[in-house]
Amino acid sequence: MSAQATEEHVDVGGGDWDEVVAAAQAASAERLVVNMGPQHPSTHGVLRLILTLDGETVTEARVGIGYLHTGIEKNMEFRTWTQGTTFVTRMDYLTPIFNEAAYCLAVEKLLGITDEIPERANVIRVLMMELNRMSSHFVALATFGMELGATTVMTSGFREREMVLDIFELITGLRMNHAYIRPGGVSQDLPSGAVGKIRELLTEMPKRLREIRKLLDANPLYLARTRDVAHLDLAGCMALGVTGPLVRASGLPWDLRKAQPYCGYENYEFDVPVSEGGDVYARYRVRMAEVEQSLRIVEQCLDRLEPGPVMVDDPKIGWPAKLALGADGLGNSPDHIAHIMGGSMEALIHHFKLVTEGFRVPSGQAYAAVESAKGELGCHAVSDGGTRPHRVHFRDPSFTHLQAVAAMCEGGTVADVIAAVASIDPVMGGVDR
Amino acid sequence: MSMSNGAGHEPEEDLPERAGRERLDSPVQRTGMFGAGDTGDTSGYGRLRVRRTVVPDAERPYTDPDDPRTEGFDAVADALESAMAEAPAGFGEAVERVVVDRGELTFHVRREHLTEVLRHCRDDADLRFELCLGATGVHYPDDTGRELHVVYILRSITHNREIRVETCCPDADPHVPSATGVYPTNDWHEREAWDFFGIVFDGHPSLTRIEMPDDWHGHPQRKDYPLGGIPVEYRGATVPPPDERRSYA
Repeated sequence: MSAQATEEHVDVGGGDWDEVVAAAQAASAERLVVNMGPQHPSTHGVLRLILTLDGETVTEARVGIGYLHTGIEKNMEFRTWTQGTTFVTRMDYLTPIFNEAAYCLAVEKLLGITDEIPERANVIRVLMMELNRMSSHFVALATFGMELGATTVMTSGFREREMVLDIFELITGLRMNHAYIRPGGVSQDLPSGAVGKIRELLTEMPKRLREIRKLLDANPLYLARTRDVAHLDLAGCMALGVTGPLVRASGLPWDLRKAQPYCGYENYEFDVPVSEGGDVYARYRVRMAEVEQSLRIVEQCLDRLEPGPVMVDDPKIGWPAKLALGADGLGNSPDHIAHIMGGSMEALIHHFKLVTEGFRVPSGQAYAAVESAKGELGCHAVSDGGTRPHRVHFRDPSFTHLQAVAAMCEGGTVADVIAAVASIDPVMGGVDR
Repeated sequence: MSMSNGAGHEPEEDLPERAGRERLDSPVQRTGMFGAGDTGDTSGYGRLRVRRTVVPDAERPYTDPDDPRTEGFDAVADALESAMAEAPAGFGEAVERVVVDRGELTFHVRREHLTEVLRHCRDDADLRFELCLGATGVHYPDDTGRELHVVYILRSITHNREIRVETCCPDADPHVPSATGVYPTNDWHEREAWDFFGIVFDGHPSLTRIEMPDDWHGHPQRKDYPLGGIPVEYRGATVPPPDERRSYA
C-alpha cells in the first residue's frame, strides 16, 4: 500500500514511511490521517484508531472495532443455559468472574430462584468477584505503565496479578476462562487450603500496594503524563453511558454494589472511592483505592464463610454431580458414579437428562447487571421457554466506554491518545464478543 | 407475544374460559415429548403441543407490596403519564403495553413515539433516567408484524431506578427512530443492532456495520441466519456442528 495524497490530507494506510513523507511533502498537505492498530502493542488487543493529525495535535479520533468478534451471543443460542457460562467467561478475558456472575444472575432472575441461592455460594461469588477486580485493575495498571514506557510498573502489576491468578487456579482449576459461577450457585466448593492461600494474599498485598503507591502517586514523570490528560467530566460520562472507575474519577460515587446490591453486597462494609479530577491520574487513584477496598471485602468474605451447600437445592436445576479430584484428574466424584451406576436407575436418568438436555427456563426476559472492574456489565437474557437461550446480549462496559475516545483525545497530542485509551482499560474480547 | 384485547378486561366475563382461550391463542413452544423431530417418537406423546406462557399485561397497581423489587413502579408510571399528558400523543397512544415481570417494569412504546418517551424519561424531574445502558435487538420470527424488537434499559441515578423501554417494527419495514439524539451513548449500540439484526435506525449519524466486515451480507443474529459450522471427525466418530445437533426445545 502506498501513501495517497489528496488536496487536504495524506492517507497513511501503511507501507513505506519514505513514501508517506514524500507524498506529504509533494502535496504540502497539513493534515495526516494515521491508522493506529489494529496490530499495535498499545491498543489492548486489536483496536483500530484512525487519527487525523495536525502536527502533533489530534484533530479527529475515530475508533474501529470488530477485529475480535467471535459470535459468542449467537453461539449461546445453540447451547444449554449451563453451557453458556463457558462462552461468557471468554468475553472480557480479564474479568471472567464478572461475566459469569452477570449471566448467572440474569438466568436466575428468569428462573425466579434469586433468593434461593445458598449463602455460601453468594459469599464465594463475592470473594471471587473482588479478587477478580484486583487482578483486572493490576493489568490496567501494568499495561498502562508499559505503554508509557515504565516497565517497572508493568512487572509489578503482573507480579501482583499472579498472586490472584494462583488462587483462581487453586479454586477453579484454571487461571482464566473458569466457568466457575453457574446458574444456581458455583461449580464446586472451595478446596482445602484455599482460605489459607487467600489469607496469605491479604497479608502480602498491602505491602505490595504501598510499593506501587510509592512508585507512582507523586512521581513527577507519571504526573506529567497523567494529570489533566484525557479529561471527561460528569455530563460527558452520563451522555456517553460511561460507568465504573471512569465515572467515579469524575466525582460521582455511583456503584451498583451500593445502589442495587446483588449477591449480598449489602452485608459488607466498604467505601466507594471517588476522585474529582476526571483525568487519567484520577482514574489511576480510583483504581488503586478500589483494590484496597476489595481487600477489605475479601477479608469479610472469609469471616462470613459458613459450611453449607454451594448449589441451589433444586434437583431440576442444580448440576447433578459433584466434582472430585481423583488420581486421573478432576471428574465426577466416585460416590456420585456409584450412586447413578450401581444404586438408582432414576438418578442415572435424571443425571443424563439434566446434563444432555439441560433445564427449561420459563419464557420472558430479564436484565441483570454487576459492577465489573470496568463499569456496569449487564446481561439481557430472553427465554422462549426452552432449554437454550432465545437471545443473550451483554452490555459490556469497554464497548460503551470506547465511544468516549473522541471526546477524550480530540485537541490533545498523539502521545496522550495512548494514555487516554489505557485509562479506559478496554479489553477487545469484551468489546467485540 | 399475542396481545389481549381491551374487551378481555370486563369483570363479568368468565375468567377460566378467558384463561383457556388465551392459552390456546398463545404460540406453540414445542411439539412431542422429547423434541425428537428426526426419529420416531415412541413415547405416545407425539401430538403433544406445549404452549408458551405469555407474559400478561400488567394492571394497576404495578407495585406489589410483597415484592420489594417493584417499589416505585407506580410512581414511574404516574410520572410518565403526567409527562405525556402535555405531549401531542398521550400516554395511551404512545405506550401500547405495560408489563411487570420478575420485578422489572417494561413500557412497550409505539415506534413513532419512541424518542418523545425517551426524552421525557431523561428530562422529567420525577423520572430522570440519566443513563441509558444501550439498545439491543431481539428477533421474534413468530411474532407476525412485530418481528424485530429493540430494547432500551434506562437507569435513574437520581431516584435509583431501572426501567426497560421496548419498541418493535415489522420485518418488512425495519425502521425505528434513532435514540442517539436523546442518549448519545446509543450510537454504537444502534450500529450493533443494525449490524446484527438489520434494524434501520432513522436519524442515526452514521449507521454502518460495527462488528462484521463492511462488505458482509446478511445480519447474523437473526433467527433465519444459520450458525454455520462443519462436522468434526474424531477417532472415527463424526460430531455434527452445533446447529445440527439434537435440540430439546
